[in-house]
Amino acid sequence: MSALGIFSQLLALVTALLLAPLLTGWVNQWRAWLQNKSAPGLLQPYRMLHKLFKKESLVAEHASSLFRMAPYLIFGCMALASAIIPTLSTDLPLSPAADAIALVGLFALARVFISLAAMDIGTAFGTLGARREMLVGFLAEPALLMVLFCASMITKSTSLTAIVETLAHRELAIYPSLLLAGVAFTMVSLAENARVPVDNPDTHLELTMIHEALILEYSARHLALLEWAASLKLFAYSCIGLALFFPWGVAEANAPLALVLALPMLVFKLAMGGMALAMVETASAKMRIFRVPEFLGTAFLLAVIGLLVNVLLGVG
Amino acid sequence: MNSLTHPGAWIHLDWVLVVVVAWLLIGLAGVLALRRFRFVAVVLFPMGACFSVLLMAVALSAAFASPEVAVLPLGLPQLPFHLRLDSLSAFFLLLIGGVSAGVSAFAAGYFRQGEGTPPGLICLEYHVFLASIALVVMADDAYVFMVVWETMAFSSFFLVMANHRIPEIRNAGYLYMLVAHIGALGILLCFGLLQANTGDYTFANMRQQHLTPFWGSVAFVLAVFGFGAKAGVLPLHAWLPEAHPAAPSPFSALMSGVMLKIALYGMLRVAFDLLQDQIWWWGVLLMTLGLASALFGVVFSTVQVEMKRLLAYSSIENIGLICTGLGLSLLFFSYGMQALSALALTAALYHMISHAFFKSLLFCSTGAVMHATGERSLGKLGGLIRTMPWVAWPTLMGVLACGGLPPFGGFVAEWLLLQSFLFTTGLPSAFLDMLVPVMAALIALIAALSGYTMVKYFGVIFLGQPREEKLQAAHDAGWWERMGMLWLVSGCMLLGLFPNQVIALMEPVTKSLVQAGLAHTASDNSWLLVPVSMERASYAPAIFLLGVLAAFGLAFVLVRKLYHGRMRRVPPWDCGHPWQTARMQDTAEGFGQPIRQIFEPFFRMKRHLPSAFDAQPHYRVTVEDPLWYWLYLPVARLVERVSRIVGMLQQGRIAVYLMYSFATLVVVLLVVKR
Repeated sequence: MSALGIFSQLLALVTALLLAPLLTGWVNQWRAWLQNKSAPGLLQPYRMLHKLFKKESLVAEHASSLFRMAPYLIFGCMALASAIIPTLSTDLPLSPAADAIALVGLFALARVFISLAAMDIGTAFGTLGARREMLVGFLAEPALLMVLFCASMITKSTSLTAIVETLAHRELAIYPSLLLAGVAFTMVSLAENARVPVDNPDTHLELTMIHEALILEYSARHLALLEWAASLKLFAYSCIGLALFFPWGVAEANAPLALVLALPMLVFKLAMGGMALAMVETASAKMRIFRVPEFLGTAFLLAVIGLLVNVLLGVG
Repeated sequence: MNSLTHPGAWIHLDWVLVVVVAWLLIGLAGVLALRRFRFVAVVLFPMGACFSVLLMAVALSAAFASPEVAVLPLGLPQLPFHLRLDSLSAFFLLLIGGVSAGVSAFAAGYFRQGEGTPPGLICLEYHVFLASIALVVMADDAYVFMVVWETMAFSSFFLVMANHRIPEIRNAGYLYMLVAHIGALGILLCFGLLQANTGDYTFANMRQQHLTPFWGSVAFVLAVFGFGAKAGVLPLHAWLPEAHPAAPSPFSALMSGVMLKIALYGMLRVAFDLLQDQIWWWGVLLMTLGLASALFGVVFSTVQVEMKRLLAYSSIENIGLICTGLGLSLLFFSYGMQALSALALTAALYHMISHAFFKSLLFCSTGAVMHATGERSLGKLGGLIRTMPWVAWPTLMGVLACGGLPPFGGFVAEWLLLQSFLFTTGLPSAFLDMLVPVMAALIALIAALSGYTMVKYFGVIFLGQPREEKLQAAHDAGWWERMGMLWLVSGCMLLGLFPNQVIALMEPVTKSLVQAGLAHTASDNSWLLVPVSMERASYAPAIFLLGVLAAFGLAFVLVRKLYHGRMRRVPPWDCGHPWQTARMQDTAEGFGQPIRQIFEPFFRMKRHLPSAFDAQPHYRVTVEDPLWYWLYLPVARLVERVSRIVGMLQQGRIAVYLMYSFATLVVVLLVVKR
């Protein structure tokens, strides 16, 4: 564990915490523009967080301590997730503690807690949201795992840093398995981040919402933490996508100069990704909830086919 | 004082026998104090728990010792009891001791006056059961194995029937007995084949025999059938969701947590130790059965509306996952890939021990909930986290472990299993190579579904608003129950946080069965779990937990430092709906509905929907196991028909029976003469 390693670990964490709301703001801005609306400023998510943190928290009278604990725990999970994903550098001291499977476990832990917290108050919307969230989760989680396995089959490792290092050094060729995995990953990340066509981050129409129904009872600092965690999740997913499919520009061990270059590279890649996300969201329509299993089932199958192609073609 | 078995010195085996004898004595004391409820609860059960801890300590030290054998002058003349304590037995004794210590402590506070069987008798059955399972894992010949195996089956049958006045419980007990004995038949035949006509039924002799591939395969299939029936592997699982809810909760905990593992022990002993030349398709068979059970179990457990049935189906799922691991290990072993075989075997063993702890914990929690509320249907519970925090929080830990979430033991087991699937490429057969990723995908799906089930289980029982008035008055668990549950929780935690130390315990087992271990890679780095090599994969649950907790704490402190921590209690918001009743929450049926819809072909479902013009509209849905109709009932009808034909011989007149005897004698004489 070198000093540079610790520095790049801290840098990655701080970057994630600071950039995540900005990414959300950027996507929202593009969405508004593409839909011919006047967009809120880029910094709107920060203003929102500041406002929420200032407010007094209103908690339902019979809420248990699980309800009050959950936002901190979910925030903690997402912060750890964004710390172990190689965003800027692959020299991360925390990375051996959790590999790709543990990362999926981390997302699952956060999902279980947000669902339990939503069920705690015992309102109709909360339990409905919890059920839908778990429905999306049980299909998206294995699909994400299969996407990561496609990459680890190629690189012979489930460690995220090792995957990125190996993928960044191969010659520029299109692996058919990664292509399939890429499509599957896009579908999964739309579902997992509560985006159109699975969920609509803007909606407050009871019959369609998933993520909003889960956090309906939260206010002030609890809500702020959950919103921040949601944008961290979007950031983390974007970074997984970049790490798997566009791994270039990430600094490696003993390369301090590359670390300096990695940050603008990351911002550029994220900006492109955010624009693409806004376009996908604008171009598609929200699905009925019972179409979602089909959508995610397709993603799961695509990823499994990717894995099979890997074995068949023997591209080690 | 000198030992009985080895004059001169006490060995581990003697200590285990001491525990066994102590349990039997405690059982006898229970009979003497048949109705002295306080004595049985406060003295005998805690004493049993103390001996469980002793057993655990002995097993811990025996795990690293060389195998010990003993011959007891019991049993029939010329057929003494052979016992053997090797690392595999020690591992299972550790599991038995660890789980039963917690469950016995819980049981001390659980049994109430005037319920079914008198407390002293339950104490006898319970401790005879414990003693017999401890002997099963040490048996070293087929004779003693079958004797203690049947003792285990009978004592557990009586425990299942503790509330025998209820007809459903009698039915469940009968079904359990039936399946147990059909299974025992398979095991008996398997041992018959394994001794290969030598007439010597000791396991030591069986290890020397090399069966032909055909007879070896027959023996293996019989073992899978016999032990699978006891473990609840598809399609012999039907007794499990009936017997688990029927038994008193501490005993359901032991049955699910320990007895199912003992059945898997038998499978492990026969497949890896007694049989010599493994064939590749044995592994594939076991994997297929395992995956089918796991998927079936998890899908059915999501739609259950009764808490113990839900857990019973979840046990089927976990047993399926363990069988998958065992099958994979067998497959690798048959191709001589020992390192990978050890990895898969470690995953299976890890899953066994962590499932033993978390599932017993969850069954104990159902017992506490049933005592406090008198309800076992999920649809009538809710909101118990506020009245029963001592049950709710330990249950939450069990739920997270059962859902396969980090940093608990269930996750480590799944992680190891996925790792062993992921590095499979390189099997000699291309077809198998292709099958493996598909199986890994199924395992990921099953793991995710079990998370769904567990959210349903915890959320519907402990969260939300109470669905019945009387739940407001539910009392929390007593001190003994709390102690038992906390013991099991600490087991789940230790298994999750210190995987290297646990794997070090399994290393002698894998070394002796597949001649390879993981621990040399694990011990280099005491915090990191590194199953193959550092570049391939690593996982450090302790650092993982510290990372989440550090972020949790920092967020908590910083929010208070930079802003404030003000909070006000108000009525729930719920989009501004002014009134909220408990009946507006999702029911257990509602929570399972998406799964019912997606996996519709799995179920045999009857649904009654109300029409708009009903005066008293009601909605009813029943979900049944299709295998019951495809397999069990046809077999039952066939047996009935055959027995009716056989019944024709039965005239009830002594002259006819004498006639039969005469005819038999003549036939025998004819045969013998030739």
